[in-house]
Amino acid sequence: MKARVHIMLKSGVLDPQGEAVRHALGSLGFDGVNAVRQGKVIELDLAEGTDEATVNDMCERLLANTVIESYRVEIL
Amino acid sequence: MHAAIVVFPGSNCDRDLAVAFQRAGARVTMVWHKDTSMPAGVDIIGVPGGFSFGDYLRCGAIAANSPICQSVKAHADKGGYVLGVCNGFQILTETRVLPGTLLRNAGLKYICRPVPLTVTSADSVFTHGYTAGQTITVPIAHHDGNYHADAGTLEALAAEDRIAFRYGDNPNGSADDIAGILSQNRRVLGMMPHPERMAEPAHGGTDGAAMFSGLVRQLENA
Repeated sequence: MKARVHIMLKSGVLDPQGEAVRHALGSLGFDGVNAVRQGKVIELDLAEGTDEATVNDMCERLLANTVIESYRVEIL
Repeated sequence: MHAAIVVFPGSNCDRDLAVAFQRAGARVTMVWHKDTSMPAGVDIIGVPGGFSFGDYLRCGAIAANSPICQSVKAHADKGGYVLGVCNGFQILTETRVLPGTLLRNAGLKYICRPVPLTVTSADSVFTHGYTAGQTITVPIAHHDGNYHADAGTLEALAAEDRIAFRYGDNPNGSADDIAGILSQNRRVLGMMPHPERMAEPAHGGTDGAAMFSGLVRQLENA
């Protein structure tokens, strides 16, 4: 089985990389991009039967820094 | 005084930190990240700068989960002294020994230059060799030194006089100009600037030396 973890900076945490991407899109002529937030996606190949709680535990303990990041687990 | 310096794959300030401690009169033992315990009788643990594990996942995140970091955490939990510099500061926030975290620099650039720091609190074994309000010059060398914490944490750090150093001219977007913070018991210091790189005349300045001589003086008598 596979799981996909989406990690994003929490709202309210400044994302200077997202902001730089927004500026770059503007200079390419893409108008109307109000905001860009950049995150990461981690794909996990897991033993069959691994439950979502275990993946949440992985996020809490390593994959995400919950001081600044939120995460969402998708079991595929 | 006996200092242990933790070495991770990718550490690159471990030797500088060891030399700074030795010049101040400390005995230094290097400890490898796969070791599971500290040498007996260690007074202070140094967590050095560098790029532990290539900064993979997040700066300090992999190192924070290495075997030796359980010992660093245990040492801090029982009231031991710990100094984390640069990547060492990032590792101490990832282990939650210190609050908050270090984000990418607001200007997105890696910054490597001497910067003015204000000694905000002289009330610690790390900073008692300085006077509060004194300005010192110490180099920074980081890409992710933008200190971030929630409003409550920032208030508590200021109210409890736990901000050890502030930037004179904030180079990286850090909240409240924070360059270094102390733990609640004032025995753990994490800072982004490198005092060990400004510790002898050949470095171009010696403003960092007082931290190491002060530590040796205080911990010898402890």
